[in-house]
Amino acid sequence: MKVKIEMTGGLEILFKNQKNHTYEFKDRDTMPLRELVVWMRDTQIQERPELFVEDSTVRPGILVLINDADWELDGGIEYIVEDGDTLSFISTLHGG
Amino acid sequence: MDNNNNNGGTTPTTTTTTTTTSTTTTKRVAKLCELCKVQRPVLKRPKTGQMICKECFYQIFEDEIHNTIISNNLFQRGDRVAIGASGGKDSTVLAEIMTTLNKRHDYGLDLFLLSIDEGITGYRDDSLETVKRNQQQYQIPLKILSYKELYNWTMDEIVAEIGLKNNCTFCGVFRRQALDRGAVLLGANKIVTGHNADDIAETVLMNLLRGDIPRLQRCINIVTGSEGALPRSKPFKYTYQKEIVMYAYFKKLDYFTTECIYAPNAYRGHARDFLKDLEAVRPSIIIDIIQSAENFHFRDEIKMPVQRNCNLCGYICSNEICMACDFLKNLNSGKAKYALNSNSLKNYNKSSNNNNDNGTTIPDTTPTNISAIGFDHPLQQQQQQQQQSSSTTSNS
Repeated sequence: MKVKIEMTGGLEILFKNQKNHTYEFKDRDTMPLRELVVWMRDTQIQERPELFVEDSTVRPGILVLINDADWELDGGIEYIVEDGDTLSFISTLHGG
Repeated sequence: MDNNNNNGGTTPTTTTTTTTTSTTTTKRVAKLCELCKVQRPVLKRPKTGQMICKECFYQIFEDEIHNTIISNNLFQRGDRVAIGASGGKDSTVLAEIMTTLNKRHDYGLDLFLLSIDEGITGYRDDSLETVKRNQQQYQIPLKILSYKELYNWTMDEIVAEIGLKNNCTFCGVFRRQALDRGAVLLGANKIVTGHNADDIAETVLMNLLRGDIPRLQRCINIVTGSEGALPRSKPFKYTYQKEIVMYAYFKKLDYFTTECIYAPNAYRGHARDFLKDLEAVRPSIIIDIIQSAENFHFRDEIKMPVQRNCNLCGYICSNEICMACDFLKNLNSGKAKYALNSNSLKNYNKSSNNNNDNGTTIPDTTPTNISAIGFDHPLQQQQQQQQQSSSTTSNS
């Protein structure tokens, strides 16, 4: 499976200062979002991982969109990610 | 961007068999917008829990702000309104909404963008580029006013002078006054800022926790500073940050997201994290806090300071000299570092000239320094000062 990730609102700083990422998991068809997020924290962030994941979910204050819709419509962290999904993470924690 | 997994490019190896809905997975049940009952929802509203589609979201988001403006009588036809624009998400959406509503409902307002350049290299200079693009997009005049022009100090220079403690306090006092002065230069008679419901709930909490009764009283007002010539209002008072960010995201608005390089802002950060944790459990918490604060009643004997004009610059304040002039005097005489821990901030706490809308401009510094910057309860102030010399513990 292949997923596209978009990081905005300041979060890109944690992810090599890059907005767009594609992750491929050759041996998987689906993956729980929780697992993906923890994997991202453990393998993709150089410093301050607690700014992305807190209590094994996305830190409150970061909005998540699954295929351009609020993740709360799809069960939030319990969502099962599929091949071709696009996930957007937007921090709202920066000044306005 | 409609429908399920058609995100182009990558080949969907699995599923996508003939009937898309036949896959009995738990997700992607064909829900419909709770308002129009036609489109696919894209957002769950934090305020109401309603699941709504993009078009209905735009509509309800804009209508609610329009209703806030009308029911609070924020503007009169012919007003010249300066939009405090930082290039960040809130003020960018505010500029978009103000231009949209002004046209749609024929408010008859003259709108201006007003940006303050604090002189912070790598932060404000970049965000000002965003504001300049906004100016092009919305075709409204932009005024940029710098600390350097007004005070002959940039924030970079101030930080070099006083270090990273209390710098946010300087900046907040200067910015507030700079916005007013910029508005005067534009010939504006009103200022709007992008403070949203989350910001206000945060400020209510912070003022409550500090026992800062005068600010607790003020911070909930949708209009402040109306005793002076330049009332400031917050059209986003009831607007959730989540919806502001979603609106900017869906409309692909151009905003700037870097955190100020000098802002440790520890206390507000804690309040924000606390609020966000609570919001995750019960999203209505933000509007509930605002509603609670609107219904606080304060005893009459809590006296509000009398307004007067600064002897040096004429700015409206409650002392002989306004805080900005006082800070400047210290800066220019090289005493700022020392003075900040003594008189200035104590006066600042007692005075109410700062009117500090929701406090975003007056953050504290480190937890060890909370009492030094004078947010204590006025009655406990002397007492705590005595303790302060011995205890420099954290915020346990």
